[in-house]
Amino acid sequence: MDAFDPLILARIQFAANISFHILFPTITIALGWALLGFKLAYNRTGNDAWMDAYRLWVKIFALSFAMGVVSGITMSFQFGTNWPGYMERVGNVAGPLLAYEVLTAFFLEAVFLGIMLFGFRRVPNWVHTMATCLVAGGTTLSAFWIIALNSWMQTPAGFELRDGIVHATDWWAIIFNPSMPYRLMHMLLASALTVSFLIAGMSAWRWLKDGGGEGVRRTLKAAVYAAALLIPVQIFVGDMHGLNTLEHQPQKVAAMEANWETRSHVPLVLFAIPDEKARTNHLEIAVPSGASLILKHEAAGVVPGLNDYEGNHPPVGPLFWGFRIMVGIGMLMLLTSWAASWTIGRRGVDALPRWLARALVAMTFSGWLATLAGWYVTEIGRQPWLVTGVLKTADAVGPVGAGMVASSLALYLIVYVVLLAAYIAVLYRLAKLGKAAPEAKPMFPLPGGGEGPAEALEVKS
Amino acid sequence: MTPFFDAWWLPVIFAGLMGLSILLYVILDGYDLGVGMLTRLEKDENRDLMVASIGPFWDANETWLVLGIGLLLVAFPVAHGLILTQLYLPVVLMLVALILRGVSFEFRAKAPPEQKHRWDSAFFYGSLITALCQGYMLGAYVLGFDQSLASVLFCLLAALGLVAGYLFVGACWLIYKVEGELQKRAVRWAEVTLWLTALAMAIISIATPMLSERIFERWFRLPEIIALLPIPIAAATLFIGLAIFLRRPLRAKDELSWVPLATAGVLFALGFVGIAYSFYPYLIADRLDIWQAAASPESLMIILAGAVFVLPVILGYSILAHWIFRGKATHLSYD
Ligand code: HDD
Ligand code: HEM
Ligand code: HEM
Repeated sequence: MDAFDPLILARIQFAANISFHILFPTITIALGWALLGFKLAYNRTGNDAWMDAYRLWVKIFALSFAMGVVSGITMSFQFGTNWPGYMERVGNVAGPLLAYEVLTAFFLEAVFLGIMLFGFRRVPNWVHTMATCLVAGGTTLSAFWIIALNSWMQTPAGFELRDGIVHATDWWAIIFNPSMPYRLMHMLLASALTVSFLIAGMSAWRWLKDGGGEGVRRTLKAAVYAAALLIPVQIFVGDMHGLNTLEHQPQKVAAMEANWETRSHVPLVLFAIPDEKARTNHLEIAVPSGASLILKHEAAGVVPGLNDYEGNHPPVGPLFWGFRIMVGIGMLMLLTSWAASWTIGRRGVDALPRWLARALVAMTFSGWLATLAGWYVTEIGRQPWLVTGVLKTADAVGPVGAGMVASSLALYLIVYVVLLAAYIAVLYRLAKLGKAAPEAKPMFPLPGGGEGPAEALEVKS
Repeated sequence: MTPFFDAWWLPVIFAGLMGLSILLYVILDGYDLGVGMLTRLEKDENRDLMVASIGPFWDANETWLVLGIGLLLVAFPVAHGLILTQLYLPVVLMLVALILRGVSFEFRAKAPPEQKHRWDSAFFYGSLITALCQGYMLGAYVLGFDQSLASVLFCLLAALGLVAGYLFVGACWLIYKVEGELQKRAVRWAEVTLWLTALAMAIISIATPMLSERIFERWFRLPEIIALLPIPIAAATLFIGLAIFLRRPLRAKDELSWVPLATAGVLFALGFVGIAYSFYPYLIADRLDIWQAAASPESLMIILAGAVFVLPVILGYSILAHWIFRGKATHLSYD
């Protein structure tokens, strides 16, 4: 078993666990607000179509939330099981941030979630709306704290080293460290886009099948509009984020652009096979001066290259490709959402060409892909550091043997694959039941009834 | 931030908060896990009802574990690493089991009906393995991660003991939360598991001082032993009292159906106080005390400021949620 380095295995395990975890927060963060939107629309109009939409998506929210919670618990144990050096060295900063995440956010979610999910008949309508609001706020707040910590690991500030241990000196500087505002905005928008495309894709799928109901048409329209509005903002924020990274982690940007030499008129590489041994790109297709224009806003702008950081920069291939996947998906999102909004805006949902609806279906999980690609760029781009300039990844790993890490990794992976398959299957099953399904279907179906007969919808106003 | 009291107290306060979270976790998620294991004994409608009885609560209950481990992580970073690397395998197994248990709530209700029984199994085994792993970890922790044969046997015993304890709180929860035939059966389950729990507690209380000299010293010494006697006496009284009560628990209008659950909670608390006393002031037996393991005072102050404000609110919320979903469990629906 010693053929495997425990460090590499521990890194793969962490990456596998956080990748699985982040899929679900990405959905719950924004879906909470979407549900609040559906609920408010229903409160205002009294139109049952909104309540239908609410009922369908609240189920998906509950499922995603449960997946997020159970995989999140794995995360908080992992710091101890695999990275004991991390808390030993930077615990004084990481600890309070993680603690505030748990304290302020999770409890808000966990307690009000029960009321939001099962309390509709048990509490007054306004309490239910407020619970929905608090749950949405809670997920967002928890994202705030964890992103603050992650950004601090990228661009540390507000601390001093005493005997190699990090001690906090300025909490404001720690929380609002240089890259934090950009990363938080970018992540929240990523979540909103992921949810928009999820809703649009599933609704389009349903619409293609049998037209769905009024609820399906409304959510399709709302989701496509939201996506069309948000994606330009995301591209703009992403650009700002890149400029910020150029300032604080130039070697990361150099790897993202596969730019080897520090020079002016750096081209924007569209396709290439970066070769770290030869320190050059093969089969390069590039736009002349493109990268200089984007990063320095002038063709003659000087952009740092990888050779300035030889032996001390992150691996080039994964960053280069990860970045292109994310930006590529961003462009596809722009195209599809604008095309769909334009047709829907002019001629209504039912005039949507079938090919365009199919394109939306194809994009259902595109947000997940872009988000994962983005995180891989960010995290691999920090290597070989765990906390930039403070702690190397290799110095934080624990003493657990390779065999143990490998077998637990295999176990996690099996569980994750099964759960992911089940999750997606249930999503489609719920979307299929959609309007045809009984509105007030008990969450735990009654015995013998299989799907159970539809209970009459009790309209509350 | 400068502490407005002696920084010596900070680790004590955090150890207390951590202990409180873990105790609350063991009682609250204990009934969830117990009910999860008991679902094996019932079918169809009753099984759904049992799951529904914990549906609105399990998530918040599990969060006490996040808080307990979180406090260990943030307040005692060194101990967190040491303990969790020692317990690597049971921790991983427990996490996987917790994942299965948690998602089965959702999947069993939303997957196609013909697959429901699979998620029911996942729910049962998830609860069972979680309980076994937690018991095993408790045993290993108490003995300071000793690897000898006697210690491993002790850990296995602790694993079974915690399963019995969880089954017991689970049955008490059901007495409180359901009615009719199911409630009568829950009474019988409680009667059986009550004695198993008492047996487990007794064996563990006797075995621990025999395996650990330091714990023996702490308990069997004058005058401490006199001050400590009330703990085992109270526990024995409660066990016997509850056994008598369970012969005729279902009074008119179900008035006293909360009594077994409350008693179980007190019993768990007594056991917990016993363990805490054996340990204080160590976090890892004989190796690391709470002051050696603590994070820097400035960081602890920052966390404490938040905790003092947030914890009472959270406790309030939890009570509110139990109150909103008070009364007998019904089949849950999303509206
Ligand atoms: C940008 C968002 C984000 C990121 C990067 C992370 N999380 Fe997370 N996490 C959430 C956003 C979130 C959330 C939206 O708040 C979740 C998902 C569902 C939920 O209950 O809360 C959550 C759940 C969740 C839970 C379950 C809490 C509960 O019982 O309610 C834990 C323990 C963690 N997370 C811990 C972590 C750790 C240690 C991470 C980093 C290594 C991490 N999360 C990354
Ligand atoms: C949520 C999205 C995230 C994703 C997808 C993600 C992804 C990754 C990946 C792929 C690695 C491995 C990099 C490598 O070894 O080359 C990694 C490492 C790591 N990340 Fe993240 N990460 C995320 C968020 C976070 C957050 C919020 C934190 C801490 C607060 C964090 C802390 C770490 C640590 C401690 C490691 C292990 C050391 C290492 O291998 O670099 N990550 N992450
Ligand atoms: C199309 C234009 C986009 C640009 C220019 C852009 C730019 C960037 C940059 C430069 C980073 C790395 C920052 C760093 O590591 O310091 C990043 C990360 C990331 N991107 Fe994008 N991005 C774009 C689109 C998207 C889209 C469409 C999504 C998801 C729907 C997305 C999700 C993410 C995520 C989750 C991260 C990791 C977290 C973070 O560092 O913010 N991005 N992006």
